[in-house]
Parts: sequence; structure tokens; C-alpha cells
Amino acid sequence: MLEIRNLKASVDGNPILQGIDLSVQAGEVHAIMGPNGSGKSTLAQVLAGHQAYEVDGASRVSFLGDDLLELPAEERARAGLFLAFQYPVEIAGITNASFLQAALNETRKSRGLEELDSFDFREVLEEKMKLVEMKADFADRFVNYGFSGGEKKRNEILQLAVLEPRLAILDETDSGLDIDALRIVANGVNKLRSPNRSFIVVTHYQRLLDYIVPDYVHILYKGRIVKSGTKDLALELEEKGYDWIREETAAAL
Amino acid sequence: MDGLIRDDDLFATPSKRPPGVYLFVITTAEYDQMPQRDGLETAKYEGSRVERSNREAEALANREYKHGWTSDIESETIPKGLNEDIIRLISEKKGEPAWMLEWRLKAYQRFLTMPGEPTWAKVRYESPDLQDISYYSAPKKKAKLKSMDEVDPDLVATFEKLGINIEEQKRLANVAVDAVFDSVSVATTHKDILAKRGIIFCSFSEALREHPELVRKYIGSVVPQGDNYYAALNSAVFSDGSFVYIPKGVKCPMDLSTYFRINAADTGQFERTLIVADEGAEVSYLEGCTAPMRDENQLHAAVVEIVAHKNATVRYSTVQNWYAGDKDGKGGIYNFVTKRGKCQGDHSRISWTQVETGSAITWKYPSCILQGDYSVGEFYSVALTNNLQQADTGTKMLHLGRNTSSTVISKTISAGRSDSSYRGLIRVNPKAENSRSYTQCDSLLIGSECGAHTFPYIDVRNSSSSVEHEASTSKISEDQLFYCQSRGIGQEDAISMVVNGFCKEVFDHLPMEFAVEATKLLSLSLEGSVG
Repeated sequence: MLEIRNLKASVDGNPILQGIDLSVQAGEVHAIMGPNGSGKSTLAQVLAGHQAYEVDGASRVSFLGDDLLELPAEERARAGLFLAFQYPVEIAGITNASFLQAALNETRKSRGLEELDSFDFREVLEEKMKLVEMKADFADRFVNYGFSGGEKKRNEILQLAVLEPRLAILDETDSGLDIDALRIVANGVNKLRSPNRSFIVVTHYQRLLDYIVPDYVHILYKGRIVKSGTKDLALELEEKGYDWIREETAAAL
Repeated sequence: MDGLIRDDDLFATPSKRPPGVYLFVITTAEYDQMPQRDGLETAKYEGSRVERSNREAEALANREYKHGWTSDIESETIPKGLNEDIIRLISEKKGEPAWMLEWRLKAYQRFLTMPGEPTWAKVRYESPDLQDISYYSAPKKKAKLKSMDEVDPDLVATFEKLGINIEEQKRLANVAVDAVFDSVSVATTHKDILAKRGIIFCSFSEALREHPELVRKYIGSVVPQGDNYYAALNSAVFSDGSFVYIPKGVKCPMDLSTYFRINAADTGQFERTLIVADEGAEVSYLEGCTAPMRDENQLHAAVVEIVAHKNATVRYSTVQNWYAGDKDGKGGIYNFVTKRGKCQGDHSRISWTQVETGSAITWKYPSCILQGDYSVGEFYSVALTNNLQQADTGTKMLHLGRNTSSTVISKTISAGRSDSSYRGLIRVNPKAENSRSYTQCDSLLIGSECGAHTFPYIDVRNSSSSVEHEASTSKISEDQLFYCQSRGIGQEDAISMVVNGFCKEVFDHLPMEFAVEATKLLSLSLEGSVG
């Protein structure tokens, strides 16, 4: 589904990603862990198509057969890639429902499907809202406007549920969540797992992985994946802390 | 001049043109007396870190101006120039009563004593040569039109291009339309239905013929002849416009609507609108404006007067799309308009809603004189400028009566190299005890070469009243655009969406069909799609 080869990216001339290789197959859940500043969020944003990053010309990313790096952000989304933001953005004056309806219809259009009218969309939305235990009034509030931190994160998962991407990247979705909100978000994600849908879960803490159990765990450090393993790696990391990785990496160099 | 308008060969223009609403509202004497100062809150975004913003502005700039066609309608245009003889000729052609001519001439005398255009607004332009304008242009086959069948088919086609389709509207019976084409009011629909309730809705010329006593009583009662330079000019040479009278206790059963279009070259448009709501009456009035694309600037100097008696409510909405000039600033309408309402009676209410997207220059300050106790004035405005457009617009709320209140919501969007200012006066007189006023002006900047400015004037002369003013300036952030894009929404639609959301508070005050038009005008694809 996703093949990343030697992905290098910098911002304002400062290299951040220094050669990432990663393969994600359909249905797999990959966790990306790493200390602050290791490039986790950059990886998520580069994959989603944020233009603030300069991507090295030799980098290759293929997604469902497309050359991902050639596509603008909106076409990546229409092709089935979704990024749940670490800091969801507020848009005043636009309701959640109308925003999501527009987003879904863009994707449907690009796939040659008929657009949903407001009534049909409402039905889809209400069903998905149950998934993340959202109250009905969420649909008519402005996008993330005045939402609490937990509400914003739940809203991201709602969007994920409505847009039904093939690959969802969750960027520190657990940050700022209390334990109840974390459970709701994780339940939502787990219900959306399917053999056709893959996840990349970017997180700083192992805690989230108790709820969303990954198939693979990768440790990102200084812009490279320095270690990969199964969910046990996350537990090991939790126990030993990131210093262990720093030392190992230093020794290897 | 053979009277035929054949501008297409004169203006073989490329199809890509910016959108434009052209409004010129003239300002009043009080503004002339206002102290000149640089904006208390002037915001100008000068950074240039968002590389994409240029492309955004480009995208906006390249939208087509959809109303940029001219019509081959035979018209009668009088010679260019401004003098007493021209004024006499206009009055004669319109068959006006003698007092009207005298009133015009008096206005002209006032005009001659004025030093010239007001210069306090934050706009730069070359003064129009008033002697190089023709002050009257009328479609030739205008004679008395009893039904739509008698209207010049070219004209009907013109209206269809404008999206009005009078015939359709006549059938659907929702909006009574008075169409002012250049200087003469061409057709008014639904007159019969309105007449049954005693409502008068007709062209200004017809009102002068059929209801001279009403016109005489109210004309100039809100905007005096000598109010300001362009109002004085309008008072001398106004050609036509709309007249509305709603009798005591009558709620107008439909929205009344006027479309203004400047068609002939080298003509100015000087329409005059007078709306009177008698005690307890209610009316909602809509005004739409378009003009063809021309390489030279055209002058539009209108006057709108509203009188609301005791317990009356008047809602006045404008969606103005005069041609804005091309992206290098060539052509476009100079829009100098004086709009003012007087809440004469207690508990009366006047509400202005405007969506301004065109004009090379806009000066416009729809205002309310809150004379009656407990009277209410409202001003809701969206002004979008692009390319080299300049807008200086806002409102004045003059609190005279006790317990009066006013609300001002202004949304300014600047793109390209345009410059947009909000200028607002809130004055609370000593006798206007317990009055309240709330102002909110928000500016949204698109790109790095535009400017937005806020010039609030607040003058409170008693201690029992309260005046609030809030202002904000923001720009469409890269984060917002990326967020929308990452959900599959393209960049241009994302901009529209953010702008649309920004304007929502104002659009909510527009009648439904106007809200849809306004939304489209700002190339917003979402709001209004429900239902």
C-alpha cells in the first residue's frame, strides 16, 4: 500500500528527515515512536503533502501505485490518505457537517461517485458520530471552533470515519487526552480497522498502544528509523526510555 | 452618435476578468469635519512568507467577471456636459413638475459653491471629468410598458443574462422587480398585487407623475441637497431610481427588488431611491448592480433615502457587482454613494446589509439617524477588494433619541494589491440617554500586498450610554488551507470556504436568494447548498 524509499525532507534548509524507508501493507498498523524533535510529525506532514517542507528529489513514496510526492495535498486525500492532525485547525463560520460534506463529496467526485446531498450525508454523519460518542450538536458547531482538546481529537477520528481512507496517519492523537477521551478515540480507531485499511500511529508514549495494538513499531531518531520490531519494542522503550536508543545509535556511529 | 451601443468592438477584452461589485457611496458633511488621523487601528500585513498566497490571490483575481457584456439596445443619450441647460433638459425629458426642476437647480447652485470632492477617504484616483459625462441615457423603446410582452426583447435578454429573468419572477411572484437600466426604470413587476395593499413601488419618474406630494414631502429630508459633493451632483442630475411607500400598518408581502445596470458608454449613473415606511409598516428591499467591462472609469453617484416612522421596519440589502477594473487597475466604476436612513418614529428600525465585491473605488457609508426613542439601526457589511480595487466603506450611527441602539458588523476581505478601509462613526448625543452601540470589524487578508485599515470615530456625549468597539485582523493561514486540502478540498475551494465562514454573520442577515448570490459572488461553494 505504502512504500517509502530514502525519504529526505528539510525545512528552511534544516534537514529533518534523513532517509526513511518504510513499507506498510494493507490492514497493518504501524506505530512510529521517538523522542521530541526526531521528525515524527514531519514524516506525517510530508506524507500528507504539507508544502512547508522541501522533499529531496531522490526520495520515492508510492501509495496504492501512485507517486505520492507528485500529488498536491488534496489529491493525496482523495486517493485515500488521511492525516489526523496533532493540532486540528479551527475554521469559524463553517459547520462541521458542511465541511465534512464538502470533503466527502470531493473524494466521491474524484472516484466517479455521485455526490451526497445534505439529507443523505446527514444519515452517514449521524451513524459515524456514534462511533466516537459525539453529541448531535457537534455536527452544527463550527469546525473545531471553541472545541476542547479532547473534542478536537475526537473530531479528527470522526472525519476519519466519514472519509474512510485506505491509509490513516494519526499524529500524536493521544497528546492532551485524558484517559476517558483516549479510550473513546482508541475505540473509534479500532472499529475502523479493517483488512483494507492501514494505520500509521505516531506517538510519543506507549500508552496509546495499549489501546491501539500495532503490528509493527518503529523508532525514529534524528530523522531515521533506527529500530523496528513488534509491539514488544514499545514496551521495552517504555521501560528503558529513549536514552537507550540514543546510546545505541551513538555506539553504532 | 447614432444611439446604438456597440461596445463589444470597442472593448475586445480578454475573457478573464476579476469580479467586481461597484459601489460609490458618497459621504456626508460630518465626515468632512472629522479630524483626519491615521487609523487608530491600522493593520497592514507586509510579510511575505506564505508563498502560496500569491497563487491564491491569482486564483481569485482570475475569476471571470460574469456581467461584463453590453447590450445592443437602442438608447437615447443627451450630449455630454454639466450645466443648467442640461439639468433643464433632463427635467423636461422626464416631464417633471416645476418644483422638481427648481429643486434640481437649487442643488446645482449648492454644488457649484462646493470646493470639490471630499478628500478624507483613504482612496486614490483621478477625479472624473464631470463635463465629459452624459447625464442621461434611456432605452429608446421605453414608452409605457403595460406588460412584459412590450419590453424590448434585447432588454429581456439582458435581464436574463443578469440572472433576473423578470418573466420568471413575475410568475413565481416572490420578488417584485424594478429594473433601472442606465437612467430609466424599465419595468416593474407585481405592481397590481402591491397596489391592492396600498403599497407604491415604482420608478422615481413615475412616482413624480403619480404621487408628487409624497416625493415632495420626503425627497431631501434625509440626505439634503447640500449634504456632500456627490449628493449635490445627484440631486441636480438624478435620472431615475426606485420609489417605495408602505402605508400605515402594512407589512409588504414580498421582497422588493431593484437591479441597476450601467450600459451606455460615457454615461454616469445617478439613481435616486426613496423608501418611506409609514407607522407600523415593514418592508425588505433588495438592490443588485452590474456594469459592463470598459477601459475607462465610469461614475456612479447614487442617493438612497429611507424614512421609517413609528414602529416601522425597513431592511435594505445590496449585492453590488459593478465592474472593478482589470487586474492592472484599468477601467472600473467609481462608486460614490450616499445612503442614509432616518428612524424618525419611536421603536422604528432600519437595517442595512451590503455585500460589496466590485468597483474600482467604493465610498459608501450607509447610515442611520436614530431620532425616535427606542429606535434601532443596524449595519452588516462584507466588502471584498482585489487587484487594485480600493474601498473606503462603513457606516454612521447617530443616536439622537433615548434608548436607541445600533449594531455594526463589518467584514473586510482584501486580496491582490487592494486596499480596504472600514470607517465608522458612532455619535451619541447628550439627549440620547441609555443608548447602546456595538461595533465589530474584522479584516481578512489574502496575500502579502494588500492592506486593511480601520478608522473608528466614537463620540459619546452622555454618561448613561455604552459604546463597544471590537476589531480584528487575520489572514488566511497556511494551516487552514492545508487542513482543508488534507481533507480533499482544493486550494481555491478552501479559500472560498474560509472566506465564506468569515462572512457568515453578515450573510445570515441577507434574504435567502441574495445570500446565495453573495456566496456565489465570493466563489463560495458551500453555504446555501442546503435545500
